[in-house]
Order: sequence, then C-alpha cells, then structure tokens
Amino acid sequence: MVRKVDEVWLIENGRIVCPRQGLDRKGRMLLAGGQIAAIDPLDGELPPNTVRVDAEGWIVAPGLVDLASELGEPGREEDETIESGTMAALAGGFTSIACSANTDPPIDTPMAVEFVRQKAARADRCRVYVIGCVSKGRLGEELAEIGSLVEAGAIALSDSPRPLSNTALLRRALEYCLMFNRPILDRPEVPSLTRGGLMHEGEMQLILGLPPMPAEAEDLATSRDLRLIETTGGRLHLSSISTAGSVELVRRSKHRTTPVTVGIRIGNLCFDDEMLRSFDSSLIMNPPLRSREHIDACLEAVADGTIDLITSGHQPKSLEKKMQELSAVPFGMSSLDTALSQVITYLIKPGKLNWKRAIECLSCAPADVLGIEAGSLEVGKPADVVLIDPAATWTVERSQMFSRNANTPLLGKQLEGRVAMVWVGGRRKFTRH
Amino acid sequence: MTDIADNLRPSFPESWQHRHLLDLESMPAEDIITLLDAAEQLDSIFRTTGRKLDLLAGCTIANLFFENSTRTRNSFSLAAKRLGADTIEFSSGGSSVSKGETFIDTAKTIEAMGVDAVVVRHATPGTSHLLAQHLGCSVLNAGDGPHEHPTQGLLDILTIRQQRGSLEGLTVALVGDIAHSRTARSNIWGLKKLGAQVIVCGPATLVSKQWEKFGIEVAYNLDEILPRCDVLNLLRIQFERQAASPFPSVREYALLYAMNSERMERSKPNILIMAPGPINRGVEITPEVADGPHSVILQQVSNGIAIRMAALWLLLGRGRAAVRPINAEGVV
Repeated sequence: MVRKVDEVWLIENGRIVCPRQGLDRKGRMLLAGGQIAAIDPLDGELPPNTVRVDAEGWIVAPGLVDLASELGEPGREEDETIESGTMAALAGGFTSIACSANTDPPIDTPMAVEFVRQKAARADRCRVYVIGCVSKGRLGEELAEIGSLVEAGAIALSDSPRPLSNTALLRRALEYCLMFNRPILDRPEVPSLTRGGLMHEGEMQLILGLPPMPAEAEDLATSRDLRLIETTGGRLHLSSISTAGSVELVRRSKHRTTPVTVGIRIGNLCFDDEMLRSFDSSLIMNPPLRSREHIDACLEAVADGTIDLITSGHQPKSLEKKMQELSAVPFGMSSLDTALSQVITYLIKPGKLNWKRAIECLSCAPADVLGIEAGSLEVGKPADVVLIDPAATWTVERSQMFSRNANTPLLGKQLEGRVAMVWVGGRRKFTRH
Repeated sequence: MTDIADNLRPSFPESWQHRHLLDLESMPAEDIITLLDAAEQLDSIFRTTGRKLDLLAGCTIANLFFENSTRTRNSFSLAAKRLGADTIEFSSGGSSVSKGETFIDTAKTIEAMGVDAVVVRHATPGTSHLLAQHLGCSVLNAGDGPHEHPTQGLLDILTIRQQRGSLEGLTVALVGDIAHSRTARSNIWGLKKLGAQVIVCGPATLVSKQWEKFGIEVAYNLDEILPRCDVLNLLRIQFERQAASPFPSVREYALLYAMNSERMERSKPNILIMAPGPINRGVEITPEVADGPHSVILQQVSNGIAIRMAALWLLLGRGRAAVRPINAEGVV
C-alpha cells in the first residue's frame, strides 16, 4: 500500500544511535516523504511545514523489529487482537513485527496470510509481517503449501511455539525453502524430554516439585538443527535458545562459519527460575526460566554476538487461562509493552550491554533475518524511528499496558527507560503522554 | 457442661506469627518446635478431659480437596471438631477446570460462605501458595502435588521425637519415590532443621543426585545404608504421578527396596519403621514389618490429628482463649 506522507519532522538534540552507520552521537534528523531525508540538515534546507521535536536527553534509534509476536487472530481474540497487539508494539518501540502462526486455525493457507495482512492494514499501526506454518495444521507431519504462503506474503516459516521435532520434516522443509529464500524459525526442543514439564530442571525445581524441563532437551535439538543447516545449506534461525549448552554449540558452529542466526527472549535474560518460588503463573513459559549459570552464559553470548538478537517472546494469555492451576496454564508472557524497558533496566543499566549492541539485537539483526528494509537510519531508508527516554522510570501497571493481557511478572515493578515517540514510515504513530 | 480447667487451658505462644501453613522449607526451626509442642499439649489436654475443646468454637474450617484423600481429610476434620470448630467439605475428583471454574474461583466461593481457614489439597505444586495470595482467610497446605505436605512432615517428626526424645544426630532415611513425594520434601526440610541426618534412598530414576547440594545423602542401595539408620520412612510409590514407569516392575522394586524381616535383622535393634500411608503391603513393606514391634505407623496416624489440631489452633486461635466452653450439645 503506497500512501503519500506529507508529514515533515525534525528530531533535534537527540543522541542518534544507528549501528548500521556506526553512528552514536548527538545530531538532528529530518523525516520527510516517509523516509529518513537527512542527517544534520542545515536550517535553510528545511521545508516550511517542518515540525520540530526536541529530543534532548533522548535516544534516537531505528524502530525495533520483533521476530515472532503472537497476535491472537484468528481464533484467540481473548489473548490478543491485531489491533491491541500492534498498539502494544508501538508503545514498546516496535515498528515492525512478524506475527506467529500460533492461531486457530493456524496460518497455513494463503487466505489466512491475507486475513492477517488486511486486519493489520486496517489497524494501521506498526508494520506487520506474517509468518506461515512449516507444516499443515501446524501438526509437524506434512509440509504446508510453503510456496503459496510465500506468494501470499509470508515472510518466514515456523510452527512456533511448537518445536520442529520431526527431524525428517525439518530437513525437507529446509531443502524446500531453498527455492524461496525465506528463513525457517525453530525453537529447539526435544519434546519427549520435557513432556508435562513446567520449569527448568535444577535445584529450584527439586525444591518446588514442579515437573522438570531439562536443559539438554534444548541442547540436543540445537545440535541437531545446526547439523541440518550444514547438510542442507538451508536458512534456519533458532528463535529462542536459553541454555549454556545451546550457546556453546552455536559458538562452535559460528566459528566454523555455519550460517546460523540465533535469538533469545527477553524474559529468559531477565528472570530466573528462583522467581518460580512465588508460583506466579505468568512465569510459566517455554523455554522455561533458567538458572543463573544459564542466564549468565546467555548474557555473555548476547554481548559477544553469539546470540544475534533479542525477541519480545510476546505470548499474551487471557487472565482466565492464567488463573488456573499451574499444570493447566498455557505457556507465555506478554512482553511487547515492556521488552525495551526490560533491556534497559536489566541489561544496559547494569552494564551488561551497550546501547549500540542493544539496538543491533532489537532492530538491525531481526530485520536482517526477515530480510526487510528496517533497522537503519541511513538517508533514504523508511522513516521507522523510535525516541527513547533512557532516564524515565515507571511502574508497570495493567492499566498502562496496551496488550490485551498483562500476564507479566513485572506488574507492580519499576522499570527504567521508556519509549517516548514512534514514527512508522515517516508518520508519527505514538506519543507518550 | 464440659469446661477446660484453667490449669489445663493452653496459653497461646506469643512468638507464633504465621497466618498460613504452606511449607516447612520456609519455616524456622523454632516455629516447628512450637508446633510440635502445641500438638503434644493439645493432645494431652484432649486425653485428660476426654472431650472436645472450645479453643476454636465459632470457627469454620473448609476442607477443599481437589485430589482424592480419605485419611488426611478425615484427620483434618476430626482435628477441627476436637477444637470445637465447624467444618465444611468440598471435594472434586478431577480438576475444577472440567466444570469451567478456576480453582481460585472455587476457593473464593467457599471462602465467601464465611470460613476462617481452608485446608487445601491439589495435584499441582503451588496451589495452596496461590490461594494464600488470593484469599483473605488462613490456608493450610494438605499436599500440593509433589511439592510439600507440611502436616505429614510434622507428624512424622513428632512421632520420631516421641520415640527418641530428640531429632539431634539421628539418621533418618526416606526410602522410595522421592521425586514425586511431597512427604519426602516436607520431611527433608523439617528433619534437617531439627538436626537429623537425612538420607534419600531409592531407584536412581526417582532420587536426584542434586539433593546432595542441600546436604542430603543420596543412596541407591538400601542394604548399604541400612545398618546406619535410626529411622526408615518408607514412602509409597506414586504410580499416579509418574509420567513414564521409572523402574521395570513392582517385583524388582520390592526386591531392591521392600522392608522385610530379613532386612530387619540387619538393621539397628531399635530402628523405627514409619510409612505415611496408604501402605502397599508387599511393595515397600511386608506385612510382618508393618505390623511388627518396630512399626510406629499407627502412632503416626494418631499424631496426625494432634499436629492438625495444633496447626489449626496456632493459625486461628490467637485471642480466642477467652471463648466460653462448649456444653454437651456443642452449643456455646
């Protein structure tokens, strides 16, 4: 959809962070015609209808990109809608999100892809890319009509949150996708080792008696996935790893220049299994919250680039589903609203990650995996821009979240750093009041 | 007219601060001792007078059992009645979800009937902790999946203390399905806090080596540890909680772990044999051992009522010591 954008904005006095250009300095940026029109333009170059925004003390960054948010539609509108999910994305600084095929029915037909695209266009908030299923019905048995899905606009293929545990199917899918140059996203897990499990196996799990999910269930699948990339030459992105074992395997593969990309959910970097002591159902997620040594290994891997990117892992679940006994609670945490603030609070402020690397993880790298024109503030690129107030402190409250469901352990907690304004394609879409 | 003579009326321990009894892991040793002492005191008053006490007259206690139980439920009911409280019973064989209601809603409904405490059993760990967060009344955990069963741990410990005077320096082995046993977990924390050495013993598929990180000895061979044990607590194999069979056959389990006469001969002469029940005769224990002179299984059952009286009184009894005694009809 081409729409003429007549808004002209000059963002002044902000700290521009654009890893693509190696830029991290104060400057001003002109947004016009839907694009980044200029960096540090002279006053004489400004069009007469320019609106100035004072970004003193704020960070100017390329809009964030999320690799797989669950948007609920079709069929799970009690969890999220495209309307509410894209609003949460904007409020969280995301200008592009890829939505997961975890819907009912799953997105395994061109019609379903089209449905999501139309609804997203009507919502008219952030950009929404559709992820199609790898397998028919997301059942992990037969290949879905991947060619038709791609034709209809699917940007990537995934059965997430279900792992591609059928090795023969994954191998075939990797080969088949070579024809379309679209990535497959897999969350590595051997389900026979985690069946019925609710939390990371370890000392805390021993105390709490909750059914275990051992780390090796992930390590084994990671190892298999990496081997299949080498065999097939296919494009595979490991969408959310969480263990020290996975990190080690990926590091070794990357040394051998295996073309793999890897993501981690922000929740797996901020929260540990000790928190399950509260039995808070919003902590029940998969991959599970790991113990400290796994988290430390993952933090190091994010900093050194072994882990390429951070995702929100946005899986909102309705309150009534999360109010059940833990064994009946579905996995997932609502995080589009809070992901960036979590990165600032838990990673940047304690010195575990710098701003440049954080923006790479949240914007540039996910844009590369999807192969979309985002994650850059270069002149001529689409004006997807986020202004971040790194000094803001705020308390997470249900009423302040735009996601339909606030199933997050952060309720009542204080976070640092917050999105102030967001532009998508040169139009200002969000302003924090 | 039954009255507790003033010299028999227990004085409420001022140090007691808990509103809920959810687990022993987080309970300080002093409070465990307070509970054990209160249990002995209440039991002795009850035996002396032979009548119901009035310590919780006017209170209502709800048994909220989402998982089948006869023994624990009856034990709690009887304990409540012996303190003069009223009880209501709620049990649901399956999950509350099958009726379209969350367990929190079910509990809130019961609470709205005006109860002072709910006694909760559920197949999922953490359920009683979550209810304690959502309800205004006191919550007693009567077993939450494989997590904890604090009154069972306490009654086991009370039984040992009565037999041996103290837990200090005793070696207590918990034998069987440790992985799925709430009784094991409550015993482990309680016993450790009171100074006992704890051994967990059973098939390697049911006994995690990680227990060693908590200062617990892990053993797979019962015969090796047997001569050192002062107490054996024989846990039932929780067939219903196991996702996949953790050992090849019951026959093989019995061969390796059943306490029988032959093993008794190789034990310390004064060894105590305990079992939380219900016991599977022929699996973890043979009939001659269960009914033999070293068995304190039935003493555990009667201590269960004493412990539950103490728990209910401590959670609800503060400031109630002045309530008038109950007459023969049970009316205040």
